[in-house]
Amino acid sequence: MSVLVVMEQSGGKWNRMSWETVAAGQQLAAELGTDLNIAVAGAGVGALAAEAATKKAAKVYAVEHEALGSYTADGYTAAIEALIRATNPTLVLFPHTYQVRDFAPKLATRFSRVLISDAVAVRIEAGSPVFVRLLFQGKLNGDVRVSGGGPYFASLQAGAYRVDTLAEGSAAVETFAPSIEAAAIRQKPEASFRESARAVDLTAAEIIVSVGRGIKEKDNIHVVEELAKALGAELAASRPICDAGWLPMERQVGSSGQTVAPKVYIAVGISGAIQHLVGMKGAKTIVAINKDANAPMFEVADYGIVGDLFEVVPALVEEVKKAKA
Amino acid sequence: MKIIVAIKQVPVRDSQLRVESDGRWIQEADLSFEINEPDAYALEEGLQLKEKHGGEVIALCLGPARAAQTIREALAKGADRAIHIEEENLGALDVLGVAKLLAGAVKAENPDLILTGLQSDDLGYGQTGVVMAELMGIASSTIIMQVEVNGPSIRVKRELEDGWFQHITMPLPAVLTIQSGGNKLRYATLMGIKKAKSKEIKRVTIDELGGAPAPTAAVEKIYVPQKSKKTQIFEGDVKVAAAALVEKLKFEVRVI
Repeated sequence: MSVLVVMEQSGGKWNRMSWETVAAGQQLAAELGTDLNIAVAGAGVGALAAEAATKKAAKVYAVEHEALGSYTADGYTAAIEALIRATNPTLVLFPHTYQVRDFAPKLATRFSRVLISDAVAVRIEAGSPVFVRLLFQGKLNGDVRVSGGGPYFASLQAGAYRVDTLAEGSAAVETFAPSIEAAAIRQKPEASFRESARAVDLTAAEIIVSVGRGIKEKDNIHVVEELAKALGAELAASRPICDAGWLPMERQVGSSGQTVAPKVYIAVGISGAIQHLVGMKGAKTIVAINKDANAPMFEVADYGIVGDLFEVVPALVEEVKKAKA
Repeated sequence: MKIIVAIKQVPVRDSQLRVESDGRWIQEADLSFEINEPDAYALEEGLQLKEKHGGEVIALCLGPARAAQTIREALAKGADRAIHIEEENLGALDVLGVAKLLAGAVKAENPDLILTGLQSDDLGYGQTGVVMAELMGIASSTIIMQVEVNGPSIRVKRELEDGWFQHITMPLPAVLTIQSGGNKLRYATLMGIKKAKSKEIKRVTIDELGGAPAPTAAVEKIYVPQKSKKTQIFEGDVKVAAAALVEKLKFEVRVI
């Protein structure tokens, strides 16, 4: 019995969410009265494993294979499956990243288990974990109970656990060499790329006015544009607005767009799905304007106005102009 | 090529959700339902691939009787036929159970490609497609924006975080989970709606697929999340609320 945290790296660099997962693993291992082990997979991950070993854990496994140099779903599934079979953890934790979404469900299936994905909290009840997940785009929470014996698999949402609770320590580093048949890896990945240089750097903005589905149609975008202009703010948007081509992709905030932390983030007609929240919840002050009082955006907002944005926003523009006069 | 598109019916986006008295699910009686939006993008990708390469698009849906409406809409948009695994008690299934039933229902079809949305707007597990692929022993890739078919293999554009992308080549058959925004969604035409009426919907029960597998993960309780932050809501007349907010922005947040 043990807890295993699978950290994520790419090209020798950590995905920073991994440290939150280690913090979660430390906490849950203590609650379960068991050891925490950490794994990092790749080709030449010795230095990363040594860095992970400065945290409180029993062992850090450097899961090494040439075929793990570039990430593939098949390669990573085979490697972590082998490690789990060799070490028998009760609970396997991942950061909820795009990469984890790509292979961890496959891995859990090999053990006839379900990956409890995107969990925001884990508590131990009578020796087994109960996971809290967001349902309906964050409108409701659900407690998920697992059964049938370990290993249980879960991925943790960004921000669910705090890095500042990470305990330092000194773990033993062990190299684990899984046997992977390179020819059996079906995905052939190419180098990653960016579409074009970003013309808009939202990360430098002090004030951001951001617009979501509530704007209803492209011809209404000028309503929020005027507020942005009055405030001297950058205009941003949630994914559906950019998907529809109403604003360019480079103005998108969220997990697939930019991550911003302005002084003020004014969310207009954005319900607040987690994919958007992860991109802006670091803002110092959050303002929500939405007609739905139950919109998850109000849960992270400091200030809010519940109402029709087509009435609220013009009124705001007027008041901002007055205040600036 | 033979393309299966797995779609799910979910409550319409702006639904006011209420928790059922047993605390395990939402009250569904007064809700309207629609296709899960990412699945609509998967359907669009499937229809465009068929238009380019020929073949057939089969809509696949596990859901109660009311899901027939969403299936009809997929047929009206251009799917050729559909398979409906009809089941009222979805709460008794976990992700693995759902994927087993979906995989079981399409096995005999021998599809070249299975597409589905990258996640559902209700449960949001984001893994049904990947689990299906593993159960069927075929390759998968997730969060896909574009699909190029080159004979026996495909080259896909996969979205990574922070605006990065990657191309991946893999052999067919395969399962892809589709991200929104890769294509523009089409509307059903009048002709399409008319034609849909005569298209085949094959109804299958869970029993015919060998029964519901016992779940290892179950939603025990659902509830409105507790607010972690104190939000000051400005109420009343719009002008008064706007003035109060601007005052905060000027004197406390100091950005005006």
